[in-house]
Amino acid sequence: MWEYTDIVKEHFLNPKNVGEMKDASCVGEVGSIACGDALKLFLKIEDGIIRDASFQTFGCASAIASSSALTELVKGKTVDEAMKITNKDIAAALGGLPKEKMHCSVMGEEALEAAIKSYRGEDVGSHEHSEGEIVCECFGVTDEQILHAVRENDLKTIEDVTYYTKAGGGCAKCHEKIEALIAQARGEAAPTPAPAPKKLSNLQRMKLIEEVLEKEIRPRLQLDGGDIELADIDGLTVVVNLRGRCTGCPASQATVQGTVQGILREKVDPEIVVREA
Amino acid sequence: MSAQNVVYLDNNATTRVAPEVLEAMLPFFSERYGNPSSMHAFGGSVGSEMRQARESLADLLGCGTDEIIFTSCGTESDNTAIRSALTAQPEKRHIVTTRVEHPAVLSLCKFLERSQGYRVTYLGVDAEGKLDMQELTDSLNDDTAIVSIMWANNETGVIFPIEQIAELTRSRGIMLHTDAVQAVGKIPMQLSKTGVDMLSLSGHKLHAPKGVGALFVRRKLPYRPYLIGGHQEHGKRAGTENTTGIIALGAAAKAAKAHLPSENTTVRALRDRLESALLASVPDSRLNGHKTERLPNTSNISFKYIEGEAILLLLDQLGIAASSGSACTSGSLEPSHVLRAMGVPFTFAHGSIRFSLSRYTTDADVDYVIKNVPQIIETLRKISPYKQGAADPLSPLDSKPPCGC
Ligand SMILES: Cc1ncc(COP(=O)(O)O)c(C=O)c1O
Ligand code: FES
Repeated sequence: MWEYTDIVKEHFLNPKNVGEMKDASCVGEVGSIACGDALKLFLKIEDGIIRDASFQTFGCASAIASSSALTELVKGKTVDEAMKITNKDIAAALGGLPKEKMHCSVMGEEALEAAIKSYRGEDVGSHEHSEGEIVCECFGVTDEQILHAVRENDLKTIEDVTYYTKAGGGCAKCHEKIEALIAQARGEAAPTPAPAPKKLSNLQRMKLIEEVLEKEIRPRLQLDGGDIELADIDGLTVVVNLRGRCTGCPASQATVQGTVQGILREKVDPEIVVREA
Repeated sequence: MSAQNVVYLDNNATTRVAPEVLEAMLPFFSERYGNPSSMHAFGGSVGSEMRQARESLADLLGCGTDEIIFTSCGTESDNTAIRSALTAQPEKRHIVTTRVEHPAVLSLCKFLERSQGYRVTYLGVDAEGKLDMQELTDSLNDDTAIVSIMWANNETGVIFPIEQIAELTRSRGIMLHTDAVQAVGKIPMQLSKTGVDMLSLSGHKLHAPKGVGALFVRRKLPYRPYLIGGHQEHGKRAGTENTTGIIALGAAAKAAKAHLPSENTTVRALRDRLESALLASVPDSRLNGHKTERLPNTSNISFKYIEGEAILLLLDQLGIAASSGSACTSGSLEPSHVLRAMGVPFTFAHGSIRFSLSRYTTDADVDYVIKNVPQIIETLRKISPYKQGAADPLSPLDSKPPCGC
């Protein structure tokens, strides 16, 4: 069960400004039924001031609460002031949202932006995510949306991006691209794939072998009820003892050669030879 | 919130500990704290109570007492069974399961596939949640170490023909494990007369407490323990026994056996009444899962145009406890994998609610839900931009590129 603030609950149970507005000056729409939430925001604007706002939302409690809070926030503001409202303001007006639900506040910001753009006669495109290229196909999220959310909310991880935009919350295929976008937005170099192997000193190599054995190889063997101990390291030769289920197991030779040597060659040095004590 | 003022229709999530079960287990928390492995009578007498518990459970399952291993939960039983089959047959590298398993099986299979190089076949289901026996037959080969197929689905209640599947796997000499966590106590079973090799169950789904489960392992089936240590459970599951839990599970099994007929008469009648009333009174609602090949206590209904979490929270306001397969409640962003596997359209999948009853559900409970659900759905539909006769006000929304989730 989500921990919603009392304000969220109040806005959900007694939402303000629900319904279609027949004489709206503009409408902003985001989301889709397939994605699990959608918001249609109606604004009535006179003399550059938002006189009235209403909404229709398909979505969870926090989506409904975010929409309701948004309509209250914009009423009485000038269009220029409203344009400055961000997802953070919406979340703040609700006394905060669980981080997994921040995308509901982002949806509010996007709907507001879409409504104002349409009022100003700017092109909102054929669908809501008109700017940029789709990065996450599962949720139809563009690079622009991700960059914006990262900058606006100081996001650091893929998980954060998923919480705020939903991108990456499905098949995970887009995770690499999201990572690159986070780096881009944060002004960092994209994470370079595995730095070129440096020549290791003997001491460094021994340390690394121990670390890889401990952190990667042992847990894997333990899953099968086995275990491994480091007996000796002699240059590029690593001597090990198999323990537990691995002892005397006919497959132990394969384990040593395949799993252990394979991993060490990949992580430490391609010339490593592993044998049993 | 106490049990008095909640209408609890979430029994597939967990159940109330039956009063007779609680009574049976309490002494083992206090005076009778002995260790059944001890040589003294003080501990040993706990062992004899455990034996009785094992007998009651064996009686419910229709198997031998020596075929039961007590575990800590359904998940442990599932993991133990599948890993045992793989370890016992190291030369075989293929697993067959279904797309609609509980994560206790599904996530394990995905893990084995990703990090240990096993090949896994995930069998699909049709729109009513049923398996295609031909697809199953075709998936089996000499490399298949284990078939793991649930007896009944936790979300929809759809029952798979496990006895028929067991005939098939037995004729092909392939091990069969079934996750019967939702089926035990609701479907009569006589395991000695079937070809099921391993079966998982969990105490808290049949009115025993959380933290105890069991695994049935057919006599003489090659078996490799998961927990290695002491000689408890004849070396098949090391670790000092959860005596209170096991004794509770025994008491629960006894009660379940006694109530088995009423599950299929009284509980079923209540469920049917709830279901037909809701489907009749709420427009644009539909049943998920096969109408008859289904557990007697489960009803999974989708309400179009609205989202499950919002429905649950409004139900909660009225003291009604149920659950949903919507994205927002599943902890992920996508609606339930079970509904997606069945191809339930998104317009329905997000608004699915599972009502699961028990022998403690009353006529008044059902009346209360029937009375209140329609207005909740109505309230949320007023807020939703999607409406009946979806075409007009919505066309801009619907014309958007479908998102692949
Ligand atoms: C079908 C099924 N399998 C396994 C489990 C897991 O059982 P436990 O919670 O005891 O680990 C559940 C419980 O949700 C279930 O419904
Ligand atoms: S493409 Fe982003 S999660 Fe699937």
